Amino acid sequence: MMTTSASASASGSGSGSPAGHLFDTLPEQDAPALERLRERLSAQAQREGVLDVAYRTLATPAGDLLLAATEQGLVKVAFAVQDHDRVLQQLAGAISPRVLSSPKRLDETSRQIEEYFAGERTRFELTLDWRLSKGFRREVLAHLQDIGYGRTESYAQVAAASGRPRAVRAVGTACATNPLPVVVPCHRVVRSDGSAGGYAGGADAKRVLLSLETAA
Amino acid sequence: MQPFEQIVAGHGAMVLRVCRAVLGPDDAEDAWSETFLSALKAYPELPPDANVEAWLVTIAHRKAIDVTRAAARRPTPVETVPERVSRTGRPDDWDGDLWNALRALPARQRQAVAYHYLAGLPYKEIAAISGGSADAARRAAADGIKNLRTTYPRVIDPMGATR
Repeated sequence: MMTTSASASASGSGSGSPAGHLFDTLPEQDAPALERLRERLSAQAQREGVLDVAYRTLATPAGDLLLAATEQGLVKVAFAVQDHDRVLQQLAGAISPRVLSSPKRLDETSRQIEEYFAGERTRFELTLDWRLSKGFRREVLAHLQDIGYGRTESYAQVAAASGRPRAVRAVGTACATNPLPVVVPCHRVVRSDGSAGGYAGGADAKRVLLSLETAA
Repeated sequence: MQPFEQIVAGHGAMVLRVCRAVLGPDDAEDAWSETFLSALKAYPELPPDANVEAWLVTIAHRKAIDVTRAAARRPTPVETVPERVSRTGRPDDWDGDLWNALRALPARQRQAVAYHYLAGLPYKEIAAISGGSADAARRAAADGIKNLRTTYPRVIDPMGATR
């Protein structure tokens, strides 16, 4: 009997079991079929309203970004250093375990982020789902959208603008826990001395974003 | 609870193999789709200690019954359908001879063989899925393998057709 793939021995159908090589021709892995089926599953899930969290990754000059959206809008952007698997696990816990890789819902988001990194877009026009940010942190993040492209503010300035001038540390926390970095521009908040300060995506990512915006 | 994507990534290939062995090439992908859509809907209520493989095979078993019933209602005179030929042209490809041999088995034997040897489920789980006792499931799987050994792959003529 011919073996059509090198797959058969890994499962219970190997030569040591009663089934021997009976199922050698039935492939254990059929990547093209599964890819087709996964696309069909996410389309059906979308249609039936059970695709609670759709995600994809997007390669950018600041590294691979994980983009995740609910039916309400973009809910999470994460850098590779934040560990995408861990982030997906958190989304499953915080929103719903009905999480599927499904790029289609993120087509528009991806397009705008690509335009941004190409220097062709200075503000995002996306529907955002703010559910992962609450209270004062959310107020801070809402204010960040007023800091225009290519400009920066200090943590103290943002605290003052958010109505709590002494809450400089809380502003730092709000930026560090921003669920929507890049799109909600926490990278435009820097130290009073002008140095970049920390960033959830890492210092390099923050530099990439700031230099992109000053070069434009 | 892990993201459903990991359930698809971890078990999608196994469920496809089971669907193919139980239903054949024409209906397997529909059954897979129905199985995972149904699983996705029910997933948030799945108990944390559930056996995910057994849960998926249970759903696939029900979907396979639905698909078989729907196929039986299709007005296709089976006798006039030409014997199916392998899609890849290899005479020993699974959707040719292996499926012909599997198709010839009684449904219970085909299910027991697929659920035990392809899904890796113990006979106790198989009994819970398809009814009957664990011993009956064990006998069905053993008889299924014995039958397959007599019908496959010896029954191949040089043209790649089977009878």
